[in-house]
Amino acid sequence: MVYLTRKAEFSASHYYHNPEFTPEQNLSVFGKCNNPNGHGHNYTLEVTVKGEVDPRSGFVVDLKQLKEVMHREVLEAMDHRFLNKEVPEFIHCIPTTENIAIAIWQRLVSKLETAKLHRIRVYETPDLFVDFYGEP
Amino acid sequence: MKAHLSRRYLFSASHRLHSEAMSPQENQATYGKCNNPYGHGHNYVVELTVSGQVDEKTGMVCNLADLDSLIEREVLARFDHKNLNTLQEFAREVPTTENLCIQIYEIVHRSFPHAHLERVRLEETMMNSFEYAG
Repeated sequence: MVYLTRKAEFSASHYYHNPEFTPEQNLSVFGKCNNPNGHGHNYTLEVTVKGEVDPRSGFVVDLKQLKEVMHREVLEAMDHRFLNKEVPEFIHCIPTTENIAIAIWQRLVSKLETAKLHRIRVYETPDLFVDFYGEP
Repeated sequence: MKAHLSRRYLFSASHRLHSEAMSPQENQATYGKCNNPYGHGHNYVVELTVSGQVDEKTGMVCNLADLDSLIEREVLARFDHKNLNTLQEFAREVPTTENLCIQIYEIVHRSFPHAHLERVRLEETMMNSFEYAG
């Protein structure tokens, strides 16, 4: 089994707000992130796939195909977007780094042709990141 | 859904590696430059990983403000800009980065109830890092 990781970057804005909370609760739980006008990050995405090395190609996965899937499924949807308003998953779900990692997993997991998805890592900043392994 | 959240914090401290159980020659042979009696310093990076179910109401494994305030109070206030050898925590053990990593794990493990502590990774320099998972 070999693990391969491909990185990508995207920039997006978001804010944290739960409509079931009072304005005071929202501010208390989410702090600065509750600003309804949003704020932005340069996100770094790491997609790790795993599989056996194909004896003919020497590849775990066709990197070109992986890159295309990441571009189509993630970057086109999220890069230079306001996540709360433009990405369907986040119309009713708060676009925290945790939920972004889960959404990216769900977008990619059925689209990979050979290797199996192992981990989604999303860096919101260099000092904060979330890993999701598809665990329930 | 279960997710892992990692957060990195920076602090600077000095230390000297010297064991009372060893002769001066053994200390020198074991610790080399790190045995310099005047000590030396590092910019440490502590990377904590916690895990848990993502709360449906908040979208979070735990509130980052809770983690940040705990680390500020219990780790950074304790170790940042300190000489580790002078601290109570290292009265009986050598302040190697292994031991510092274990101490930080124990501190966070006993005082952070909001998520499961998976591991502590401590970078002493960009070239050296240590991990402890209990």
